[in-house]
Amino acid sequence: MPVYFVVLAILGLTTIAYHYGRKRALTVSASSNHLHSLPHYYGAWTAIWCSIPALAVLVLWLALQSTIITNIVIADLPSAITDLNEQRIGLVINDIRNYAEGRITSGEISLGIAAAAKHYKELKSLSRMALVVIVLAIAIFGGIMALRLISPDFRARNTVENIIRGLLVICSSIAILTTIGIVLSVLFEAIRFFDQIPITQFLFGTEWSPQTAIRTDQVGSSGAFGAIPLLTGTLLISFIALLVAVPIGLMSAIYLSEYASARLRAIAKPILEILAGIPTVVYGFFAALTVAPFIRDSGGLLGLEVSSESALAAGLVMGVMIIPFVSSLSDDVINAVPQSLRDASLGIGATHSETIRQVVIPAALPGIAGGVLLAASRAIGETMIVVMAAGLAANLTINPLDSVTTVTVQIVTLLVGDQEFDSPKTLAAFALGISLFLVTLVLNVIALHIVRKYREQYD
Amino acid sequence: MTEIADSTRIVKESLNKRYASERRFRRLGLMAIFFGVSFVLILFADIFSKGYTAFLQTQIELEIFYDPAIIDPGHTNDPQVIGKADFAKLYKAALKERFPDATSRSARRDLYNLVSNGVAYSLRDTVLDNPGLIGTRLTLWLVADDEIDMLIKGHIHRDAPESDRRVSNQSIAFIEQLEASDSVRKSFSWTFLTAGDSREPEQAGIGGAVMGSLFTLLVTLSLAFPIGVAAAIYLEEFAAKNQFTDLIEVNINNLAAVPSIVFGLLGLAVFLNFFGMPRSAPLVGGLVLTLMTLPTIIIASRASLKSVPLSIREAALGVGASKVQTVFHHVLPQAMPGMMTGTIIGMAQALGESAPLLMIGMVAFIVDIPTSPLDPSTVLPVQIFLWADSPERAFLERTSAAIMVLLGFLVAMNALAVILRKRFEKRW
Amino acid sequence: MSKANIYAIENPVTHQPGWIGSRVQEGSENTASPYATVGNIAVPNPRMSARSVNVFYDEKQAINNVSLDIGLNEVISMIGPSGCGKSTFLRCLNRMNDTIDICRVEGEITLQDENIYSKSMDAVLLRARVGMVFQKPNPFPKSIYDNIAYGPKIHGLARSRSELNEIVETSLAKAGLWDEVKDRLTKPGTGLSGGQQQRLCIARAIAVSPEVILMDEPCSALDPIATARVEELIDELRQNYTIAIVTHSMQQAARVSQRTAYFHLGNLVEVGETNDIFTNPKHPLTEAYITGRFG
Repeated sequence: MPVYFVVLAILGLTTIAYHYGRKRALTVSASSNHLHSLPHYYGAWTAIWCSIPALAVLVLWLALQSTIITNIVIADLPSAITDLNEQRIGLVINDIRNYAEGRITSGEISLGIAAAAKHYKELKSLSRMALVVIVLAIAIFGGIMALRLISPDFRARNTVENIIRGLLVICSSIAILTTIGIVLSVLFEAIRFFDQIPITQFLFGTEWSPQTAIRTDQVGSSGAFGAIPLLTGTLLISFIALLVAVPIGLMSAIYLSEYASARLRAIAKPILEILAGIPTVVYGFFAALTVAPFIRDSGGLLGLEVSSESALAAGLVMGVMIIPFVSSLSDDVINAVPQSLRDASLGIGATHSETIRQVVIPAALPGIAGGVLLAASRAIGETMIVVMAAGLAANLTINPLDSVTTVTVQIVTLLVGDQEFDSPKTLAAFALGISLFLVTLVLNVIALHIVRKYREQYD
Repeated sequence: MTEIADSTRIVKESLNKRYASERRFRRLGLMAIFFGVSFVLILFADIFSKGYTAFLQTQIELEIFYDPAIIDPGHTNDPQVIGKADFAKLYKAALKERFPDATSRSARRDLYNLVSNGVAYSLRDTVLDNPGLIGTRLTLWLVADDEIDMLIKGHIHRDAPESDRRVSNQSIAFIEQLEASDSVRKSFSWTFLTAGDSREPEQAGIGGAVMGSLFTLLVTLSLAFPIGVAAAIYLEEFAAKNQFTDLIEVNINNLAAVPSIVFGLLGLAVFLNFFGMPRSAPLVGGLVLTLMTLPTIIIASRASLKSVPLSIREAALGVGASKVQTVFHHVLPQAMPGMMTGTIIGMAQALGESAPLLMIGMVAFIVDIPTSPLDPSTVLPVQIFLWADSPERAFLERTSAAIMVLLGFLVAMNALAVILRKRFEKRW
Repeated sequence: MSKANIYAIENPVTHQPGWIGSRVQEGSENTASPYATVGNIAVPNPRMSARSVNVFYDEKQAINNVSLDIGLNEVISMIGPSGCGKSTFLRCLNRMNDTIDICRVEGEITLQDENIYSKSMDAVLLRARVGMVFQKPNPFPKSIYDNIAYGPKIHGLARSRSELNEIVETSLAKAGLWDEVKDRLTKPGTGLSGGQQQRLCIARAIAVSPEVILMDEPCSALDPIATARVEELIDELRQNYTIAIVTHSMQQAARVSQRTAYFHLGNLVEVGETNDIFTNPKHPLTEAYITGRFG
């Protein structure tokens, strides 16, 4: 694998560069017995110039090569193919790639494609060779240039330290890049969706049936993309989840911090925290295979018609998942309420629970509200539990015993399995994704703001 | 205004009621804890009771005759020829030999279905490894079919009406005969731990998913740890208090709360569609999970840096160390255990994550065990998701067992984090 | 395993009131022989009376064999250097020390001849009868009205809205705050100035008609003008209530109290008429303290 080889070679060159940089620093300083920085900084300086530019070029090259090669190949394709729509071209490209790499292709291979595949293969091996040569040349060149700059007065330490600082800044900027990446990529696809489906239909439509959109040739089956049933479904399940999580999380936080003996706390707290560490897919499995049938059967005993994918089951289990989240946030805010307020209440003769209910909780209310908002944002964005335990049918209902679907379920269903890009069906997932991102973003920003304000109040 | 004596009396009278409400309140708290704790216990008990049997596999003892007429009629000894032989005939013949009475079509079908059809492949592999076996007779324990496995493990009840179970009376009769001669046993199933996925439950294992998880986590760890630590160092030690720093902080806090599936959408749009990286590859999974776990690691690392007292920095600066030297020689080593703890927790989070990986195609049915981060593969939680959808009773058992393995890994990682924290915890 | 807990780096310095005990330890050789208090600890008509009170935080003794009476409708002040146990003693008088797990109280304290540490005495009832005002003004983050109404409401002292209104008004009036706040009863209590907040806290204590009011350095967080206002108030309240006040300021003790008790390292060194203590201290420690040789 040439890439591994190139990386190893760069590392080897870097070691050599370090060694020579150090040696050269000692040589140039031998006569004057003066050197600005310690010798190993000169080694590091040389090593940095040998490795970082080369590695940067390597990563960029690998990231862009397939896109560039593909574009070149497309440009050379006969016009009969390039005149096709984007979707078909995508398929052709796939065929070319698969054929070039000796994998199974879809159907017959025309001469044009075989030629293109050959072209593709040639370009690819050319690119590989060029990569090895160019990257190694950059490494050697960088190392030599760095070596030549070494002199007794060269401030190697300061320069190396500045480079390190620069790298640190780049690492911290990744958070910003990620956010920009999310917004741009998802937004871009969502805009393409809204080119095809009016945004008003998406926001206010009450019917969701994207599956029919597959057969675009059929009359009147362009699919319905009204997101209202998904929103109500999401809200219904999240609401059930909060109904479970908020009282239980809050009460257990209160009991553990105000009443429980040290022993009970030492046992119960870690057990409750386990809930936060269980993967969501496990909750999903439990919800779908244990809780949902249980609810359906006990509903049946009561003579209730309960769907086997009821919103209640998914919401209940999701609520349990959020319990430790609510409880640790409430624990924080309750502990932030100053002791002097409790003393004041107890000093008047309030009982412990009166103090908690009438002084501590009202004082902690903003913090608790912030925590609940964060919990809500969690519930709205939770995926696996609803994918496994909630349904696919977009029913517009608020009956918790019915089956509903959610935004995240639809994103998964639309994107898993056969995908055709540019069809509204696939793009709809991105429209849902950006809505999800925006809603949770707003909730988070508000919640974090409230919590911060609350903390400042008692600091 | 009430007189003092009056008010004492009123308070006294109210006490019973108030203490009752105090007790009610405490009971509510206790119930909340009880609910949470019992949910954990029920969940674990449910998973364990459903899953532990998957670590055992029913086997049937048969005498196999490596019939040259079936394996290699021309005595070529050519692996090509041997590889194409119908090895299923070997165990079918052995079964016929064992049950000469079973002559009807349906009886034969039930008979042949006692043994997993994967046995043919394992017989072929042993013969290819050791062609000397041809023409010999060997008594072997063969893997039973998943329905028979379920019957032996008691998940299918023998006394249920025939129409309600997936194993016929005829099959049960065969099994009872085999049991009578001690030719049925349950032994530890290495297949479950080492094999890749399969449509046949008795041949399916978590080996491929575990390797996929391993590669994904390797990618995540090797990116998220250095980047997270570097970002934390910058923000905590170097960053000036300005708008750029604020922007980074707001971003980190928000990313920590962005739904994981959104990271999957990012991966799909950027890594797969824009950069053209391979679908289903642990490399891409690792990249996505890196972005997802970075906030966790950065926040934990910053807390760890914060806990290193200022006096250490001042001492180093005081003897003439530069800021960078101070941080890397003195502060970082002290903060390292805390950063590692945070990283392990982040990795545990990444190991249990599945939603974003669904978006980048790691849900495919993949039989081969991946050997590099570029091979298509799935991960353990996604394997659980896939199996949970399968209708076979035997997959239910395997799903639960896979969950047990996943939870085992998570417990180990968290225990490691706790040990690390306890061991290196410094009280300044 | 939960997120929030990962990030919470535990505060290594856990708050423990050990400092009180550590000072006492130097003097705790005296534990064996009861410390002889100079002056008359008893009064003819005591509202509360403490006998041989010892207080421990874990193993450390914070109060050593203190006996003291608090008379009807008198203001008694407790003075002494910081860490001398005067606040600890005060908190014993309405069992506020119950809220500290490691605190243990020995001896007998009675309120109107009832032992307040006996099983039959209820802490809630006790605290309704013995109110407390704290060092830092600590109004609830509620409206001024609700701050005052809180006590009467939980104890069920008002049968109707109008009765509650009346209690709030008289309490505020007694605390001399009514005229200042009557137009903004619905505004939050935390919006008042420091001195007003402390008077609000006193009004809150009065609202449940206690027999005794304990004040733990009520003016230490206030400016001189606000302090003067509170001191005036204490003097007025003496007509109806018994008040025990812990103070750092000898001048304040001299201004507001009839009797003064001097604490030193957990011992009650001297007690007597305020005038006597300040003009003619009998114990050398008392003299050293009031002449400002330590504090």
